[in-house]
Amino acid sequence: MAESLLAPGHTACLGCGELLGARLAIDAAGPNTIVVNTTGCLEVCTSKFPQSAWRVPWIHSLFDNAGPVAAGIEASLRAQGKKQGITVIAQGGDGGMADIGFGFTSGMWERGHDVLTMIFDNEAYMNTGIQRSGLTPFDARTSTSPSGKVSFGNPRPKKDMVQIAVAHGLPYVASTSSSYARDLQTKVKKAIAIEGPTFIHVHTPCPLGWGFAAASTVEIGQLAVKTALFPVVEIEEGKVTKVMSFREKTPVEEYLKPQARFRHLFAGNGAAEQIAQIQAIADQNIERYGLLRSS
Amino acid sequence: MATAVEQERKIIEGSMAVAEIVKRCRPQVVSAYPITPQTHIVEDLSQFVADGEMECEFINCESEFSAISICLGASATGSRVYTATSSQGLLLMTEVLFNVSGLRLPIVLTCANRAVSSPLSIWNDQQDSIALRDAGWMQFYAEDNQEVADLHLQAYKIAEDHRVLLPAMVCMDGFILTHAFEPVELPAQEAADAFLPAYDPLVKLDPEQPVTMGAFADPNYYMETRWHLEYAMSQAHAVIEEVATEFEQTFGRPGLHVIEEYRTEGAETIILGLGSMMSAVKDTVDELRDEGEAVGAIKLRCYRPFPEKRLIEALQGVKRVAVMEKDISLGKGGAVCTDLRAALYDLPERPAVTGFVVGLGGRDIANHTVRACYQRTKQGSGENVWVEMREDLLEPEMVQAWKQQWE
Amino acid sequence: MKIPIGVTAKPGSTTETKTGSWRVEKPVFTGEKPCTGCQSCVRACPEGAITVEDKQFVVDLEFCKGCGLCVAVCPVKGLEMEQER
Repeated sequence: MAESLLAPGHTACLGCGELLGARLAIDAAGPNTIVVNTTGCLEVCTSKFPQSAWRVPWIHSLFDNAGPVAAGIEASLRAQGKKQGITVIAQGGDGGMADIGFGFTSGMWERGHDVLTMIFDNEAYMNTGIQRSGLTPFDARTSTSPSGKVSFGNPRPKKDMVQIAVAHGLPYVASTSSSYARDLQTKVKKAIAIEGPTFIHVHTPCPLGWGFAAASTVEIGQLAVKTALFPVVEIEEGKVTKVMSFREKTPVEEYLKPQARFRHLFAGNGAAEQIAQIQAIADQNIERYGLLRSS
Repeated sequence: MATAVEQERKIIEGSMAVAEIVKRCRPQVVSAYPITPQTHIVEDLSQFVADGEMECEFINCESEFSAISICLGASATGSRVYTATSSQGLLLMTEVLFNVSGLRLPIVLTCANRAVSSPLSIWNDQQDSIALRDAGWMQFYAEDNQEVADLHLQAYKIAEDHRVLLPAMVCMDGFILTHAFEPVELPAQEAADAFLPAYDPLVKLDPEQPVTMGAFADPNYYMETRWHLEYAMSQAHAVIEEVATEFEQTFGRPGLHVIEEYRTEGAETIILGLGSMMSAVKDTVDELRDEGEAVGAIKLRCYRPFPEKRLIEALQGVKRVAVMEKDISLGKGGAVCTDLRAALYDLPERPAVTGFVVGLGGRDIANHTVRACYQRTKQGSGENVWVEMREDLLEPEMVQAWKQQWE
Repeated sequence: MKIPIGVTAKPGSTTETKTGSWRVEKPVFTGEKPCTGCQSCVRACPEGAITVEDKQFVVDLEFCKGCGLCVAVCPVKGLEMEQER
C-alpha cells in the first residue's frame, strides 16, 4: 500500500475525526493536488515548523482566505497552461470555511473557479478552545455558548452549507462523514473529476470538543448520520441524486446522550422539550431528503 | 544619455500609464476590486485583456481582501501578478499584506493614495500607504506620471531579485496623478522584456516538487524569520541602486535612486517630502533661490526600506529641514518626520527638523503652502505643525492648540 | 538546520516526531476470529499507521497513539487494546 499523502507524526488528538477525514480525502485526491488550508486544528497539527505532514504542495495563508488563495493558484496554473490534471483544494474547518472565510469563498464559487472546497466540520472553533461557530448544532454546549441557569447552550441551528452551495449553482455538492470512509473517498474522486467549483461538507467528530472517548469517533459520526442530524446527500446540477437512507429511525437521544456537550439535556428542568426540538430538526431532514426508506 | 532601446511617447492619463507599463511587465494573473481613484487603472487593463493585447488571467473579484489573496495564491504558484487599490481597500488587505511579505512573495501593487475614513474622503493624501509601512512591503513614491511608469518596471525587478524577494507598493497620488494627462515615454515590449525577464521563483507550489508554505512558528523560530525580512530590507538598498543605475543606462531617464536631490548645493534649508507635491516644492525652491534663499529639496522616492544612509549623506552641513508630509500618525506626528529625526539622532552634528502635516483629505498644496513651511522652519524646529487650517471651523481651544505649534 | 527563505517545510517531515510515545495502550490482533482483510481498521486510523496485507494486521508502533478506533470498528472484533504502561 502506498504511503499516505498525509504523513503520521502530526500532533492531532487521539481519535481526531478531522485528521481522519483529511487523510482519507487527500489520499483519494492523489499526488497531483495543491492544497490551501485555513488556520485551524488541521493546519496547526500538521505544519509546525520545521515539520510538515503534507506530501503534496500545501499552503497555509490566513484563517479566512483559503477560497481566494485557491482561486489564485488555479488562475496561475491556467495562465501557465498547467491546470490539466492538477486538482486545487481549498479546505479548512467550520470556522475558516463557513464563518470568517465564507464571504470570500462565496466569491470564489460565484466566479466558477475549478476548485474543490471542503469543510471539515467539527461544529465549533476547536483549535482556539471549543468556541461556538455558525455550524454548532442547536443546544450544543461550547465555551462561548455554555449551558447554565438560563441557557440550554447554543440557541441556533446549523447554517445549511449544502443548500448555500447549491444556491451558488455549483455543479456538484455533497455531504459525507469521516465515519463513512468509502463514501468520503468516492465523493472526493467524483468531485475532482467535475470541472468547476465543487463542495463537500465533511462531518468530523471531535472527541475532546464534543466530550466522548477517542475510540468512539467513528461510532458517534455514524449516529449523527443515522439520526439524520447530519444528512449525507449528493446534489448534482441542483438535484438531489443520492442520499444515505436507513430502514429504521434512530432517535436523536442515542446520538446526544454519549456526548458531554449535550449531557445537560438529560438533567431534567425542561430539557425534554429541547430534545423534542432537536428531534424536529432531524425529522425535517428526513422529510426533505427522504432519509427513511420503507423496506 | 544616448539609448538604443525603442520607446514611444504618449499623452495619456496617469492610470493609463500604469496600465500600459503593467501590460509590458507581463503579469500572468491580475486581480483587483474597484475603488476611487484607482478604477481607471483596472478598467484600462480589462480593456487590454478584452482586446487580446494582454495575456493574463484577469479576475474581477468581490473585495480587495480577495484580490490580494488571489494574487498571493498565484504568486505562490510561480506567477508574476498585479493588483491596485487605495485607502479603504488597502486597509482591508492589511492582514494579507503582512502575510505576503512573510511568505516572501514579490507582488507589485499600485496604491493610488487616498485619505482614510472616517470621515469618508475620496481625495488624495498618503495616510493609506504610510499606515502600512510596518507590513514588510517596499514603498516607492512617484512625483509624476513618467515616474509612475518607470517605478513599476523597476519595482518588479527589485522585488523579484532573489536577494530581496519582498513585495513592493508603488504609490501615486490619487486624482493628482491617476487622473492627470501627461506625456509619458513607454518602453517597447522588447525593451521591457530585456530589462525585466520572466519571473523566476525561488520556491513554488508544484506537484512535481511538493513543499509546505506558511508553517506556524513557535517562539523557538519566529524571531529569526522576522530577521529574514529585516535582512532582506537591508539588502534591498544595494539592489535598488543597481536596478536604478541599469534603468538609467537603458532608458536614459532617472532611475529609482532612493532619493532625488534638487538644488541642494550650498543649501542651508532643505524641504523634504514624497510624491506629487515635490513638483510644487521644486517650483517654490526655484522662486526662493531667485530671491537669494539658500534652499533646496530632497524627494524621497523610497520610503521603505528607509534610506537612512543616503539621507545622512545628503543632509551633511544642512542647518534645517522642513519635512512636508500628507500623513499623520495620530498621537505622535508625521511618520516621515519621526523617521528622519530618529535617523539623525545619533549624529554629533545634525540639522534642526520641523515636521509639517499638509494636504490631508485632498487639501491643495501650492507654492504658498511650501513658503509657509519654509518661513516657519527658519524660526526654529518643531513637530506636528499642521499647515493652512480653516480656523473658522474649529472651536477656540482647538485653534489655540494648533497655533502653539506655529510659535 | 538553517531556516530556509520563505520558512518552507519539507514534505512528510512530521515522521521525525514519533507520536507512538503518546501511547498508554496498543492494539493487538487476538486471532480469535480470522481477519477478513476488510481494511475497516485502515480506514479508521487518523494516523494512517495501519496496513493490512494478505489479511495481516500491521500497526506502525512508532506513530500509533493508542486511540482504539481500529478496535472499535473491526467487524469481527478481532482486535483488542493491550495496556503498555
